[in-house]
Amino acid sequence: MEEKPNTVKPEKIRQFITDNFLFGQRTQLSDSDSFLENGIIDSTGMLELISFLEEKHGISIRTEELIPDNLDSIERITRFLERKLQPCQVALEPTTAPEWATGRD
Amino acid sequence: MMKTVAMLLDSLKIDTDATATWIEHWIRETVYTRLKRKGAVVGLSGGIDSSVVATLCARALGPQRVLGLLMPEMDSCADSLRLGRLVADTLGIGTAVEDITPVLQSLNCYALRDAAIRSMVPEYGEGYKSKIALPSVFDPAEYAIFSVIVQSPSGEQIRERLNAAAYLGIVAATNFKQRTRKMLEYYHADRLQYAVAGTPNRLEFELGFFVKNGDGAADLKPIAHLYKTQVYQLAEYLGVPDEICKRTPTTDTYSLQQSQEEFYFSVPLEHMDLCLYARDHQIPAAAVADATGMAPDQVARVFAGIDAKRKAACYLRSEPLYPAAEVSSAE
Repeated sequence: MEEKPNTVKPEKIRQFITDNFLFGQRTQLSDSDSFLENGIIDSTGMLELISFLEEKHGISIRTEELIPDNLDSIERITRFLERKLQPCQVALEPTTAPEWATGRD
Repeated sequence: MMKTVAMLLDSLKIDTDATATWIEHWIRETVYTRLKRKGAVVGLSGGIDSSVVATLCARALGPQRVLGLLMPEMDSCADSLRLGRLVADTLGIGTAVEDITPVLQSLNCYALRDAAIRSMVPEYGEGYKSKIALPSVFDPAEYAIFSVIVQSPSGEQIRERLNAAAYLGIVAATNFKQRTRKMLEYYHADRLQYAVAGTPNRLEFELGFFVKNGDGAADLKPIAHLYKTQVYQLAEYLGVPDEICKRTPTTDTYSLQQSQEEFYFSVPLEHMDLCLYARDHQIPAAAVADATGMAPDQVARVFAGIDAKRKAACYLRSEPLYPAAEVSSAE
C-alpha cells in the first residue's frame, strides 16, 4: 500500500539520518539526541536533510522555519512535520445563523 | 573582564621585523635543504596573502628564484591580473600569464556550474552573473544555509536557497578553477625545479577554506600560522602596495563579487581572528563580545561554526590513507 505523504514516521527519519550521516554504524541514536551537539550533521548535511523532508512529504520549508527547534533531533523534526502537515485550519462561519442574530423574537 | 578584553585585542599584534626574518629563514631552510628545490612558484591573485608570500619568498631566495603565476579566467575581476602584475613588478620577480578559461571550458566547468544554478533559477542564462553566499552571523538565521544569488543583465537580483544537489554541483564545478591553477603551478615548478608555495593564512588553513588538491596543495605554506590581521601587519612592514592592503578579500571565483565573509566565515575577518584565538585559548564568549561588539549568542554561534569547520577540515587536510597491516603471504 502506498504511504501517504502526510504521515510522519520517526523511524523513516531515523533511517535517513543513520544511512546518510552515520553510515549505518551508530544504532544508539535517541529521538532527542541533538544533531548539532553530537556533530551528526554538518551544513551540507542540513541541505540534504531539508531536501529529504521536502521531497518525502511534499512540503516547502520556509527559511524562517530552519531553526534548531524544528530540525535538531528526530523528535523535533517529527513535531515540526506534524504541525506542518496538519490540514489548514480555516476559520469556519456558522452555516445557520443563531436565533439571537436573526432579529426574531 | 576589561583586562581580558585588552589582552585579547593585543594578542594578535606581532613583531613584524622578527616575524619576517624568522619566516624568510624558514623558507630558505625548507626550499633548499628539506625540499632541495632551486626556487619557488607563487600563484598571484592580486590579494594580500599571495602578495605577502611572494614578497617573503623574494626576500628569502632572491627575486630571480621566484616565479609569479598570473592565472585569470572568464569570471576573474580585472583588478586581480593588474594587481598581481603590480606585486611582481614591485618585487622584480619573473611572471607567466596563463589564462585558464579554455582549460575550464574544455572541462565543462562553466556549463556544469550553470546547469546546477539553472536547476534553482531557470531563467539564469547568457549575460547573467552569479555567486553563492551564506547568511551573516548577524542575521537571525541559525543554520548556515547557502543561497545562490543571480543577477540578470538588467541588474535585477534573485536569491534562492540551494538544495543539496545544486549546492554540491556548483561547488564541484567551480573547484575546477583552483585545481587547474594548481596543476599549472606544478607544471612551472617541475620545469624549473622549484617548490610550490601555498598562500593560506591561519583562518583558511585551520578552518578548511581551501579546495582539496586545489589551492590546498603546496610544498610549503609560509603564512599558514598567521592570523589574517597578522598578515596585514606583515604586508605593511614588507611594503606590499597600499591598493592591495586596502582591497576587500574576495574568493575571485564567481562572476558576482563575493567576499570571503559571505562565502565561508559569516563574520568580518578581524572578528573571526579574535574568535579563533579566543576559542584556542579558552577565552569566554563574553570577552569576545566585549572586544568585538558582537552579541554573546553570536560569538557562541561563531565558536560552534569553528568547531564544525575544523571537523570538516580533517578530510580536506588528510593525506591518502593506506592499510598499515602487513600483507599475508600465500604460504
